[in-house]
Amino acid sequence: MRRGGFNWSALGFAGLATIYLIAFSLIPMLVAGYLSFHRWLLVKDEATYVGWANYAALARDPLFLNAVGNSLKFVVMAVPLGMALALGAALLVSQPLRGTSVLRTILFVPAVSSLVALSMVWMWVYLPDRGLINSLVRLLRAGWVALGGSDPGWATDTDFLHDPAWALPALVFMSTWIGLGPRMVIFIAGLSGIPASLHEAAALDGCGTWRRFRSVTLPMLLPTTFFVLITSTIACFKLFTEVYVMTQGGPRRTTDVVAYHIYRQAWHKFEIGMASAQSYVLFLLILAAALVQFRLMRRRVRETEEAWAA
Amino acid sequence: MKGRRKIVGKIATYAALTALGAFTLTPLMWMAATSLRPEGSPLPTLRELVDGVLHPHFENYRYVLWFPELPVWRFAINSAVVTAGVVLLQLALCSTAGYAFARLTFRGRDALFAAFMLTMMIPSQAMIVPLFVIVKWLGWLNTYVGLIVPYPYLSTAFGTFLLRQFFATIPLALDDAARIDGCSHWGVFRHVILPSARPAMATVAAFAFIWTWTDFYWPLLATSSVNMRTLEVGLSVFKHAYGMTNWPLQMTAAVIVLLPVLTFFLAMQRFFVRGVVMTGMKA
Repeated sequence: MRRGGFNWSALGFAGLATIYLIAFSLIPMLVAGYLSFHRWLLVKDEATYVGWANYAALARDPLFLNAVGNSLKFVVMAVPLGMALALGAALLVSQPLRGTSVLRTILFVPAVSSLVALSMVWMWVYLPDRGLINSLVRLLRAGWVALGGSDPGWATDTDFLHDPAWALPALVFMSTWIGLGPRMVIFIAGLSGIPASLHEAAALDGCGTWRRFRSVTLPMLLPTTFFVLITSTIACFKLFTEVYVMTQGGPRRTTDVVAYHIYRQAWHKFEIGMASAQSYVLFLLILAAALVQFRLMRRRVRETEEAWAA
Repeated sequence: MKGRRKIVGKIATYAALTALGAFTLTPLMWMAATSLRPEGSPLPTLRELVDGVLHPHFENYRYVLWFPELPVWRFAINSAVVTAGVVLLQLALCSTAGYAFARLTFRGRDALFAAFMLTMMIPSQAMIVPLFVIVKWLGWLNTYVGLIVPYPYLSTAFGTFLLRQFFATIPLALDDAARIDGCSHWGVFRHVILPSARPAMATVAAFAFIWTWTDFYWPLLATSSVNMRTLEVGLSVFKHAYGMTNWPLQMTAAVIVLLPVLTFFLAMQRFFVRGVVMTGMKA
């Protein structure tokens, strides 16, 4: 290979994607930064420079703070639940049993499906009266009575998507359903990387199944868990389509998450400057979450390694 | 004793596996069964669902596909054109950049690669406002160009990373042999790297296909005329037009939007698993 001088082939091969990313990644980020310091209504021609006023207004805006709170609540509920379920599914599916490969495919289906279509189906799941969950509750209740118990009086007409206490948890539950397949596949890959000899050694030492899971599987799975944690968190901050189709931010703004709030700000109120400032806040939120998790996880990994070495 | 415990464990595992499958499939099966009920009929009971499957009303499908107020076929063509465009653009960008990062040495290569990876951290939701402003300024709203070109900005880094990793596993001896035969870098890329990297290219293409076909936010913003809507946006228009009343028709529309993408997924599923394992996207 030629050393020194200008590498024209490199320019040709790397240039295409570089120019593309400058045009559609770097420049939009700069444009968003520029707009966030301006007051600009999409319908008008000129933008007025307002300095940090947009950001200052956001810090005091109860509706925006509500949206940030909703996003954080969603992440805090959806990420651990989704990961626990995915890990459980991965442990089950990696058993040497017939039918598990078909099941892996099935569990992956929601993740590659149209979100609008899935949201429409899940509106039925959450309907009062004839919705899936209320029907199941009614069935359980009838079964309990038929077995001779006294009527437990469970509600069978909860309108999940219109009940302020239930709407956000309903979206959380749906998101675990959608994300189950990909998260599970990553955990399966992590599980298959654990040497069987470790399990055998632990079994020889008299460890039961639960003890082996706690002391071998979980620590060995730490890097994988960290990976799923970060990707899930980023995905959960992006929640938009389900809110758009199923709740429109309601009831009483309990599902008005940041991404949806930005959408309303930009395309219903046409306040592009304010929406750009909100976009930057979302970007910083995701970055901060990723950094915090990274630091925590690095410490955990180091502790585990030290424990192993000792 | 030990044998019996083993059997009990096996039965419990199978029960849990079945529950998982049912958890995933129930909403999807309900969608398919409801689409076969007579148009305009109320939310079906379980017995009516079974009846719907035994005596299916396929005319819902004919009705939705030739829906008088919405050009459903036009939506499907739009989705196909946009998806094909994005897949091709994505492959062109990622394969050339992947080659540069895997096979060429040039000043600033590692810094450039790190910059590529950094773009993966940018949340799409935060980019969509400025992207809209730029596309509007370029005059690309309501055009295929506007729907296709700004799309892969998120997944270019993902695809480049995946292809670079794969290209690096192709033996250098193959390059050298081709170069002795008089191939330039372009020749090596075309005749050695690309033919050996078909599975990795298929993985990148498969992800680009699914992401584009099922994306909602960008086509919702970049199009305002009905004739430029994609299937995914068209479905939400349909849902709004019908409120939550006509469940059989709504579910028929949902099935029509889901079927192409599910067929594609089943045909290409091994590439998806490979891509998820290599990069962990869309978790």
